[in-house]
Amino acid sequence: MAYESSIVLSRTVKKRRRATLFTLLLLIGPAFIVFTLFVIVPVLQAAEYSLFRWNGLGPLTHFYGLRNFGFLLRDIIFQKALLHNMLIIVFSLLVELPLALLLAMIVGRGKFKLAVFFRTFFFLPFVLSEVITGVLWQFIYNPQYGLINSIISFFSPGNPGIAPLGSPTGVFWAILIVIIWKYFGLHMTIYIAGLQGIPVELEEAARIDGASNAQVIRHIVLPLLATTIQITVFFSIIGSFQIFDIVWAMGRGDPVNGAETMVTYLYKFGFQRFNMGYGSSVAVAIFVICLVFSIVYQRLLLREQRG
Amino acid sequence: MKRFMTTAAIAAVTFLIAAGISFAGGQKEPGAAPSTGPVKFTFWHLDTATNQKAYWQGLADAYMKAHPNVSIEITVLENEAFKSKVATLMQSGSPPDLFRSWGGGVMDEYAKAGLLRDITKFVKGTAWGKTMAPGVIAVYSYDGKQYGMPYDMGAVTFWYNKELLAKAGYTSFPTTWSDFLTMVTKLKTTGVTPISIAEGDKWPGMFWWAYLAMRIGGKPAFDNVLSGQGKFTDPPFVQAGQKLVDLTKLGSFEEGFLGANQGAGAALVGNGKAAMELMGQWGPTTEAQNAVNKKGIGDLLGTAPFPVVEGGAGAGTDVLGGGNGYAVGKNAPDAAVDFLRFVTDEKNNATLAATGTIVPTAIGADSGLQDPLMKMVKGIVDKAGYFQLYLDQYYTPAVGSAINDNVQQIFAGTMTPAQAAAAIQQTYEMNQ
Repeated sequence: MAYESSIVLSRTVKKRRRATLFTLLLLIGPAFIVFTLFVIVPVLQAAEYSLFRWNGLGPLTHFYGLRNFGFLLRDIIFQKALLHNMLIIVFSLLVELPLALLLAMIVGRGKFKLAVFFRTFFFLPFVLSEVITGVLWQFIYNPQYGLINSIISFFSPGNPGIAPLGSPTGVFWAILIVIIWKYFGLHMTIYIAGLQGIPVELEEAARIDGASNAQVIRHIVLPLLATTIQITVFFSIIGSFQIFDIVWAMGRGDPVNGAETMVTYLYKFGFQRFNMGYGSSVAVAIFVICLVFSIVYQRLLLREQRG
Repeated sequence: MKRFMTTAAIAAVTFLIAAGISFAGGQKEPGAAPSTGPVKFTFWHLDTATNQKAYWQGLADAYMKAHPNVSIEITVLENEAFKSKVATLMQSGSPPDLFRSWGGGVMDEYAKAGLLRDITKFVKGTAWGKTMAPGVIAVYSYDGKQYGMPYDMGAVTFWYNKELLAKAGYTSFPTTWSDFLTMVTKLKTTGVTPISIAEGDKWPGMFWWAYLAMRIGGKPAFDNVLSGQGKFTDPPFVQAGQKLVDLTKLGSFEEGFLGANQGAGAALVGNGKAAMELMGQWGPTTEAQNAVNKKGIGDLLGTAPFPVVEGGAGAGTDVLGGGNGYAVGKNAPDAAVDFLRFVTDEKNNATLAATGTIVPTAIGADSGLQDPLMKMVKGIVDKAGYFQLYLDQYYTPAVGSAINDNVQQIFAGTMTPAQAAAAIQQTYEMNQ
């Protein structure tokens, strides 16, 4: 009797496990198929194309080995593009994120009347599409009719004004300002959510003990916000490596590659020049950089959490 | 059993959806459908201006009325978007049936990849083939085969403001380069921007470099590059770059010209803020479109050929130009080819010429040219002993891009003319 019931029991367990497995496959299946088709397969295809000299039309015929990567590493324009990506990361981490955090603390926890209004207001740039942002700022920066130059000539008539998007050295900074303007709202909103997860009692207790604002921030807010900050840093860096739309909409990385990024470089020197093999090698390079960064970053965080 | 049926049903539905997705999309029209059955083809152009858009729609409507079984699907995109979209379609292997093309190297790439339909049999030795000058038809051929036809072939000329020139003491446009430079200096003293250039788009700068190289080195300079006897690093091309540096040092261009796009550059002339631009035959149209008054400077507009460079080997009648036409996609039905013939026939060509936006190709269609400026441009084209297609269309896309990019570097002062020439030559050699 006990033997039979144990067989029935294990059969039920097996059935339930099979049912769970089946449900899991059914739920994950579509996402897995989409991920494979639209992420894994194209990455592998790009890796294949990067070994050829191919104009994108017709079959792959001209095997090139690793020469595309050789050209890539030696090309000063690609090096310039990589430098620009690094600069965007540095300024995002040094300017954009601290600015977002500061505003989050003022506007996210502030009890003043317009706090909620400002939360929405600062978030608005993020809602605009990249192309609309590019077109908008081209109007603002326009040397003859733009907003900035209109203001300048109002206060100082006859002043030739500025032409940031026409300057080989200035165009990068002009676009960097737009990038910070567009994305700080997102990070601010994430920080506000993070701040609201900090129990008010902790702060009150600290203040009762005589802690100043700075001490509260340094010893209570920041440590408890650490995970949130780590996440925004991660997304900010990955996003900075892949930035394209805004740069493209504001002059395609030109004049003279002044604002070139790795992805605009890929588009220009691969796609537009009918040199898909080379473009694919750039794509593989970006992929490897992002992958290495992700792995290193997560290892670093895990080690910190464990230790 | 119930669970098995559920699984099977879900699997079947998933499979059907996946199969449907993979077979959907793309054209299913056969190559040459019988002319009596219903035929559909796609027609892609980039004339977003209202009157031009209406013209093409009107032409399609007229053709569909005369051929009730034909249905034409028009797609209109702005210039840069058009180029990107067509490039993507080409890579997917399903080109539009008729699409705007400038001939030359880019069209050659498509032909080499087998993406275009060979229409030689419709053109060679037929009445259609005799409607235009042979040199003009040749722009849309590759390796002896015809892949499209032009309806517009003009020249790049100066479009200038007669009033602003008169204020600087000029009643006619200079014919030599040194006179031209003197005029630019005088224009600057009157407080106006001498030259508007949309160097953000890069190809306007290429016009200057190309013309200067043509005036200094003549046709032989370009022939030598093609034959391998010469290079882009030869004196005519480097000297052309040097003259550009001279021009830039004079402060001839507008503030922020390195970032200006075609619309912004045209607006300056159309609003009377710049004295001239070096532009193709669509110059007046773009100026009007982008001007505040939507009409441009009207009667104040004049046109003149590029000046001669003293001591140069090129003739003042040599022309840099190009035009517009349509290439035929590999899947195009015969009806599409017939529509192309309709587009380029004398009557329709003359109607379009009357709008003042093109220089017609059909012999006899210049009777429709009413605009005296356009008549002048046509005269310049007809007299050309040497007609050079825009360099970024003439050469392969890689070389064309290299020319545009490196010439921009000359304008920006970030490369010397010799360095730019060397970079162009390097790309040219890599793509041989």
